[in-house]
Amino acid sequence: MAALGKTKRKAGFIPLTIIFILFIVFLYGPTATIAILSFQGPEGGLTFPMNGVSLHWFRQLFEEQQVGDFGGSLTRSLLLGLSVMLCTAVFSLLAGLAYRRSFKGGDALFYLTLVSLILPSILISLGIGIMFDRIGLSPAWYSSAFGAHLTWTLPFGLLIMFAVFNRFNKSYEAAAIDMGATAWQTFRLVVFPLILPSLIGVCLFGFTLSYDEFARTLMTAGTFNTQPLEIYGMTTNVTTPVLFYALGTMTTLFSFTLISSALIAIWAVRKSRARKAPTGV
Amino acid sequence: MRFLTANPSYLQVTPLALVILLFLLFPVATIVIVSFWDFNAYQLIPDFIFENYEFLLTSSVTLSAYLKTFFYAITTWAITLTLGFTVAYYLAFYIRSPLLQGVLFVLCTVPFLTSNIIRMISWIPLLGRNGLVNSTLQEINLIDAPIEWLLYSDFAVVLAFVHLYTLFMVVPIFNSMMRIDRNLIEASIDAGASAFQTIFQVVVPLCKSGIAIGSIFVVTLVMGDFITVSLMSGGLSASVGVLIRNEISLLQYPAAAAGAVVLLITVLIMLSIMFRFINIKKEL
Repeated sequence: MAALGKTKRKAGFIPLTIIFILFIVFLYGPTATIAILSFQGPEGGLTFPMNGVSLHWFRQLFEEQQVGDFGGSLTRSLLLGLSVMLCTAVFSLLAGLAYRRSFKGGDALFYLTLVSLILPSILISLGIGIMFDRIGLSPAWYSSAFGAHLTWTLPFGLLIMFAVFNRFNKSYEAAAIDMGATAWQTFRLVVFPLILPSLIGVCLFGFTLSYDEFARTLMTAGTFNTQPLEIYGMTTNVTTPVLFYALGTMTTLFSFTLISSALIAIWAVRKSRARKAPTGV
Repeated sequence: MRFLTANPSYLQVTPLALVILLFLLFPVATIVIVSFWDFNAYQLIPDFIFENYEFLLTSSVTLSAYLKTFFYAITTWAITLTLGFTVAYYLAFYIRSPLLQGVLFVLCTVPFLTSNIIRMISWIPLLGRNGLVNSTLQEINLIDAPIEWLLYSDFAVVLAFVHLYTLFMVVPIFNSMMRIDRNLIEASIDAGASAFQTIFQVVVPLCKSGIAIGSIFVVTLVMGDFITVSLMSGGLSASVGVLIRNEISLLQYPAAAAGAVVLLITVLIMLSIMFRFINIKKEL
């Protein structure tokens, strides 16, 4: 393998590295561009060249708005994201545990969960919207949009849990039971700590996917917008585009902060475990 | 109730099952039922008519929207597959330090967790008439007049799709590649295969299911999309999703429902073909 690696590295390493770097630039470049543009002066326009440098637009964002409801939509998105995160983590953990035994209908439910993931979002949005309308409930971000988000986050949670339990070494559990631990103790003291890093991953997915979700929220949010809907509304009636760039930059920075916190948390959990069990788990 | 105590799985799986029942099966059933209803400007009228379908399936607008959507799906699929495969291949076979590999992999996947809408909008200052690309090209005298087709065009739509969805290819393909026994590649080289022969006759067949999973994601995401198309084409282009979205905004729910049912059937047919290549449970 080492010898092979060396010969391979000579052939194609440089062009592939260049492609990879270009790909990363392609992924992050546009977002970085609007981040730079959002620091323009008060006279700044939609594109380059920049008109001075200032924090003007970020200040504008937090001042009273002539259009839209920035604060309200942010609060709703955060609350919705947190509740979706919590339910995704708990529901997929439970379902993951359930699938460790076989049970009737398990396969059907698994495939339906996959369907829920790959079904075009507009179908779910429309379906939930009409369903609420027909049973005489008015759609709202905490009811219909909450359900719509779960149809998007739960499949990811379940798939992560499947991946975790497929790789799970059952002898730790068996050892705990042999030593007289109850089922609850085995779960709380052995299984749960082992899967905690993945569970943090599920939480991260649950929150960010809900926080950024647009298509499934469109017909299910009811009267009050969530943040992505608000942003979309701003794109269609832009009066001050740079304000909008500032909003985009804030949102992206927020997502990055969340992702890094989750990654650090996962790393910390692993690290503290490595210290407790030098042989590695 | 006895089966609940006998097998706790039933209890544990209940929350998931309820969500699927209430927010997936009921809504889809609602769409199917409503697609046969009648409607006027003010309300939905429960009925059993085929007019929504008749209108939909005989309209030339539908046909051109489907052709457009297939065009987007196939182009995006081909580009994301090539790009995603190359990136995954580089990560899996050229980066030898597991730490660096992990970091680069995360770097590729982080955008998935940020807002799609903002990622799309970010292209506007770059591609616009006076955008960064045009002004740079003019400055270095490569072009005299701004290129008009950079923004609000099919090019912009496909570019945004590739930008948004390539990582749906990278992740499953990378995942399959990491399971390939490195000895097989060595054997292939030893047997005299060139690098390209090794890629196409050893690596590609062994990550067939990763490719299939990525393709399922990309194709279904593009088929059901309406926001990317309406934003990046500037409203000039209509995909199937855009048509449904328009009918929704005109409150023509039965028509939108019929459109959604036809879209659902189309996607299911495409999925049934792609699912032949994989066993999802083995992949995890």
